[in-house]
Amino acid sequence: MLTKRIIPCFDVDRGRVVKGVSFVELRDAGDPVELAKLYDTEGADELVFLDITASSDNRSTVYDMVSATADQVFIPFTVGGGIRTTSDMKAMLELGADKVSINTAAVNKPNLVNEGAYRFGSQCIVIAIDAKRTAAGWEVFTHGGRTPTRMDAIAWAQEVVERGAGELLVTSMDTDGHLSGYDIPLLAAISEAVNVPVIASGGAGSPDHMAEALTSGKADAVLAASIFHFGTYSIREVKEALSAHGLPIRPVKELR
Amino acid sequence: MGNDPSLVVVDYDAGNLRSVERALAHAGVQASISADREDLARADGVILPGVGAASDTMAKLNARSLTEPLLEYVASGRPFLGICMGLQALLDHSDEGGGQDCLGLLPGQVRHFGFQNLKVPHMGWNQVDWVREHRLTEGIPSGTYFYFVHSFYPAPEDSELAVGETTYGLTFPSVLARDNVVATQFHPEKSGEVGLRLYANFAAWVREA
Repeated sequence: MLTKRIIPCFDVDRGRVVKGVSFVELRDAGDPVELAKLYDTEGADELVFLDITASSDNRSTVYDMVSATADQVFIPFTVGGGIRTTSDMKAMLELGADKVSINTAAVNKPNLVNEGAYRFGSQCIVIAIDAKRTAAGWEVFTHGGRTPTRMDAIAWAQEVVERGAGELLVTSMDTDGHLSGYDIPLLAAISEAVNVPVIASGGAGSPDHMAEALTSGKADAVLAASIFHFGTYSIREVKEALSAHGLPIRPVKELR
Repeated sequence: MGNDPSLVVVDYDAGNLRSVERALAHAGVQASISADREDLARADGVILPGVGAASDTMAKLNARSLTEPLLEYVASGRPFLGICMGLQALLDHSDEGGGQDCLGLLPGQVRHFGFQNLKVPHMGWNQVDWVREHRLTEGIPSGTYFYFVHSFYPAPEDSELAVGETTYGLTFPSVLARDNVVATQFHPEKSGEVGLRLYANFAAWVREA
């Protein structure tokens, strides 16, 4: 049976992992490649790296990090942040990333989704959607959550899938960093609106929150940062708890 | 030096070429990356990687004049491993992109998952149950999880070709083998420790063959 994926996320700034609380306060949580190796052995199913600064002057640090990770880690990983063109996508994929995640650039130029899917395949195009609750539903934000777009998150999810996105990374800006649970209605609404895998992001504070995202939220994978980076829960503890909830989970150790 | 077998990963600009190369290196397997038919002719083992679309894969193989050398290599009886699109390319025909003729080394079709409200692609870790023994899977328990990313699945005419099976909407053969040819629908290079073991098994088979 296809298992639900547990995905640690690394917010990377100049080669170091950081995690923002509601996108503002940042704390250092370590070296990305060492963390990636650790999480691989602990049973992470995939990894996501988000280059949160993504300014042009630090691209080489990110390239080095992607290449070093691909040399040492043999589970899939996604890189996002600052990817604006198909050339940016090609560079990341050639360095060893399995997927690229696009947010602001897709909103600015939706055809980038079509072009990326055509050139590299839908399987490596992840669209990240940062959504914030409104009276009517959820609004899409760009630029790391700073810029409102007036776009409806559900409609946007459907549009990018039609354009060729292979997966959606859905972050609730309301719950992100608060460790009080994912935005379940948002996840369920998007999961029901599309037929590609949905990764839940923003708000994981416990395995119970993850279980809720994977059941009521209908998500295919859960992403978390703080609870792993600060050692609140290990991947193994999370996986054991989710298995106990009856969810299909890949056991941590395969070969003896 | 003289006893080292020559293992060639076919270079046709496949998206996962470097990942396969890195996983082989990490598994302690020496391999060269080549699109040269002479290298294929001399090889003791060949790996055909692949990810993406069937039409793109066949176009790239044709553009580099690799189709004939691949068919000749397989006919020689030496070990051959196909990965993901490198499995699908072995069958007669794929339904992808309105239809694409493939290498025709294994009789059968490649079909789309588009049914039963399944999410497509089939993406993530899924179990592979062995239905018969094979050199490639030695020491890896039945029911082990491997990483899959694909929207189409192999439907060989002869169900006896299956070495391993996986269920996603339906049960399909996720490892196929006939004679010197073996192929996996999943990505060993992205399946952690068990994937590296599978590459080491292939290298051991090449050494013994």
